[in-house]
Amino acid sequence: MSCELTQRFVPGYLDGELDLVRTIELETHLKSCAACAQELENQQALRDALRRGSLAYVAPAALRERIQSSLGASTAMKDPERAIAWYALPNWRWAAAFAVLAVFSVTSWQLVSGLRGPSNDQRIEAEVFASHVRSLEANHLMDVASTDQHTVKPWFDGKLDFSPPVEDLASDGYPLVGGRLDYLEGREVAALVYQRRKHFINVFVWPDASGANSARGMESWQGYNLIRWSRGGFQFWAASDVSAPDLAEFVRLIQSRVSPGSK
Amino acid sequence: MLETARRERFEQTVLPHLDAAYNLARWLTRNDQDAQDVTQESFLRAFRFFDGYQGGNVRAWLLTIVRNTCYTWLHQNRAPSSDEVFDEEIHSAEISGGASPELQVLASADKETLRRALEELPEVFREVLVLREFEGMSYKEIADVASVSIGTVMSRLARARTRLRQALGAALGQES
Repeated sequence: MSCELTQRFVPGYLDGELDLVRTIELETHLKSCAACAQELENQQALRDALRRGSLAYVAPAALRERIQSSLGASTAMKDPERAIAWYALPNWRWAAAFAVLAVFSVTSWQLVSGLRGPSNDQRIEAEVFASHVRSLEANHLMDVASTDQHTVKPWFDGKLDFSPPVEDLASDGYPLVGGRLDYLEGREVAALVYQRRKHFINVFVWPDASGANSARGMESWQGYNLIRWSRGGFQFWAASDVSAPDLAEFVRLIQSRVSPGSK
Repeated sequence: MLETARRERFEQTVLPHLDAAYNLARWLTRNDQDAQDVTQESFLRAFRFFDGYQGGNVRAWLLTIVRNTCYTWLHQNRAPSSDEVFDEEIHSAEISGGASPELQVLASADKETLRRALEELPEVFREVLVLREFEGMSYKEIADVASVSIGTVMSRLARARTRLRQALGAALGQES
C-alpha cells in the first residue's frame, strides 16, 4: 500500500471502518513507514484529546421534565379525560395553538360526547383545526409557494406515498398559493393552500381506504369552518376562516374538478 | 387509553436518547437555551412521527429529526452576516496546505481550547465529529442521520479532523 492510500485510510482504520484486507495492508505499510506511522499517531492523539476532554453535553434534568409534560399535553389533546394536565404546559412555541385546541376539544367533547361519543372523525376534526391554526400562527403556511398546479403537484412526488389531486381555482376567485407537508392521524398528508381575498383555506388530502364518494356537512368552531368529503379515492378536509357560503362554494368547485373515479 | 399507551411506548423507546439529542443540538446551536428548545421541539416532532417509525435504530432516527430541527432553527435565527456559507470546494482547497501540530500540542490541549476549536468548525464538519467521537456512531449511521453517502461522511470526517488539528495548532502553537 502506498503512502497516499495509507493516509487516506488512516481515519477509517482508526474508526474501525476498514475492511480486513485493507487493514492488513495498512498495518504492513505502517511497520515500514515512519511518516505514515506518525500520521496515525497524530490522528490517534486528536481522538484521545477529544474523548479525554469529555466534551459531550448531558441534558439538564429540567429538560427531561419539560419534554415529558409537553408529551403529556400532546397526549391530553387526544385523550379528553386527561385534558386537565394541560395547564401544566410549559412555555413553548406551539403552546398557543394547542391551548386553543385544548379548549376546543374539551368543550366539543363535553357538548357532543353525550350525543354520539368521541369518534374517530371528531379526533381528526380536532387535528385538522389545530393544523390549520398552527399553519397560520407559526408562519409555516407553505413549503412550496406557487400558484401553478404543475409546480405544486410534482413537489409532493417523493415526499408522499400518494399523489394528491391539485386544482387551481384562480378563475373562480380561489387561487392556489402553495402546498406543504402536514401530519394528521399519525401519517403524512398533503396540505394545499388556497387564498380567498385575505383569507387562507387549507385543504388536507390523503388516501381514503373506503373508496367511497361522500360529503359531510359543515362543522364550525370559533370562526373557523370545516368541510370534509371523499372523492376519487381521497379524503379531503378543508378548513378556513372564510365565510361558510364561500367555503361551501369552494368545496363545490373542487369537487367538480376532481373526477370521482380517478386515483 | 390508546394515546397513553403510545406515549408510554415512546417514552420507553425514544426518551432514553435524550442526552444524545441534546448533545447534538447543543453543538449545532452552540448555546444551552436554544439547544433545550430545539431538543424539546424535536421530541414533539418525533412523537408525531412515531407511528411512521418502523423499528430499527431509534437513536439514528431521533438524531435525524434533531438535526433537521436544528438546521431549521439555525436558518431562522442566525443573522445573515454570521451565516457561514459553506462551499466544499473552496473549503477543501484551503486545508490542503499547512503543517499539523505536534503530538505534544494535541496532548496538552485543554477542554476549553478543544471546545472552542470544535465550535468554530463549519456545521457540516462539527456534526460528523460530534456523531463519530461523542456518540460513537458508525459511518453508516452518520450517513443516515446527515442524509449523505458514506463516502461523504468519510471525506467530511477527514477534513474535519484536519481542520480541527490546524485550529488547535494555531491556538496552542504559541504557548508550547
